[in-house]
Amino acid sequence: MSGKLYVSRSRSVAARKLGDEMLIMSGRDSTLFTLDEVATILWEAADGGNPLDQIVDEKICREFDVERGEAMQDAEALVRGLADHGILQISNEPFGAPDVPGLVER
Amino acid sequence: MSSLMAEMSAKALELGVPLSAQIDLTYRCNERCVHCYLDHDDHGEMTTGEIKKLLDELASAGVLFLTLSGGEILLRKDFFEILEYARGLSFCVKLKTNAILIREAEAERIRTLNVDSIQVSIYSHRPEIHDAITKVPGSLKRSLAAIRFLKAQELKVIVADVLMRQNAADYPRVRALASELGAEFTLDPTITPKMDGDRSILGLNAGETALHQVFRDQDLVGNVEEFCAPPSKAGADDFEVLPCSAGHTACYISPYGDVYPCVQFPLPSGNVRRTPFLEIWRHSKALQEVRSIRVGDLTSCSHCDHLTSCTRCPGLAYMEGNMRGPSVQDCEKSFARTGIPSKNLLSKRQLNPELVQIQGFRTSAAVA
Repeated sequence: MSGKLYVSRSRSVAARKLGDEMLIMSGRDSTLFTLDEVATILWEAADGGNPLDQIVDEKICREFDVERGEAMQDAEALVRGLADHGILQISNEPFGAPDVPGLVER
Repeated sequence: MSSLMAEMSAKALELGVPLSAQIDLTYRCNERCVHCYLDHDDHGEMTTGEIKKLLDELASAGVLFLTLSGGEILLRKDFFEILEYARGLSFCVKLKTNAILIREAEAERIRTLNVDSIQVSIYSHRPEIHDAITKVPGSLKRSLAAIRFLKAQELKVIVADVLMRQNAADYPRVRALASELGAEFTLDPTITPKMDGDRSILGLNAGETALHQVFRDQDLVGNVEEFCAPPSKAGADDFEVLPCSAGHTACYISPYGDVYPCVQFPLPSGNVRRTPFLEIWRHSKALQEVRSIRVGDLTSCSHCDHLTSCTRCPGLAYMEGNMRGPSVQDCEKSFARTGIPSKNLLSKRQLNPELVQIQGFRTSAAVA
């Protein structure tokens, strides 16, 4: 165990960016979710290869005026919530190839 | 529609994003349904590469909900290649098929590609009726077998029935069959004209008696009293409403690359073989005209009692000759629902009483 948390977008979902939000349709039960701007950044960075703390450092803390500990706590709660809905996978080890090819932005 | 979906649709409308698109991959078909609106000859379908390029463009434009339909989609040898590519672009993919070509292997492949739903056409629980409509002996048996294969993969299946003279009495049994199979059920009460404008198949419409019955079926419409209530008086806001999502947040692309507002609204708006999709979506004069229309602009309907509750289809109106005009079929549905004739039906009655005689419904016993 590395102690780090790796996150990867689930293969079963459908997703598209709408404005600054991400629309995600669960493959499990067709439930529709939306992610706000910050959650969308995390989602887009969830390629399975980079640990969550690195994503938070590089994508959140550099872009937003937020304290790192707080950002990390929020991010972890978010990814665990998304994992509960089956739209994100989490692991203490890096995933292989990304589950979903890079999302398309308008 | 869920409140979140309604909110996202409103946002897509505000941003000018086509949230939904339907591509008919082919008009070829292995059935010959009596009510079909398509020409089944291949006049030069898009190649695999052209469809992949189109899918890239649709994803870039913001399409999330992608319906792949036909014709029969599985007649394309590259169907699974297209489907896999679409899922790779994170579309929420819905399939429409007669399912005749789906066996265990195809069902499993569809499941591994995480398709959202598969809509299968079933017109009767009785082979002699269903097969007479599809003109393919054994088609009901094969379609039902396919549904079982799909359900064995725990996929979401929607049984789609179309109300016609031939099968009007059968839909409750089809609905029960769908339930037995673990599938959802939907019933379309409208036969649409052929895409080339030929209206000869409209004679298959089930007629007023059948519509009257369908609209009073609680299992289909929910609260019957509410559904069949006389229309409420229109307020000022009702005149600013958009007629429907076609061309606003939804569009259709034919196997030949033609872009229309909707499969039922064949208004030529561009062709993706000549022009990138997004350019058509944003700049097509035809689509801009569609988008400019508000309920208050509708020539007859804006003065009609049914304005607030009518299911008027602008595509059917277009097929009747005027996208701002009424659609007789929707007028007939409003009449069957409420017993109140629309302004359009009343006008026609004044001009020629015979024109508004809604075809009498031949009982199912007579056609069975």
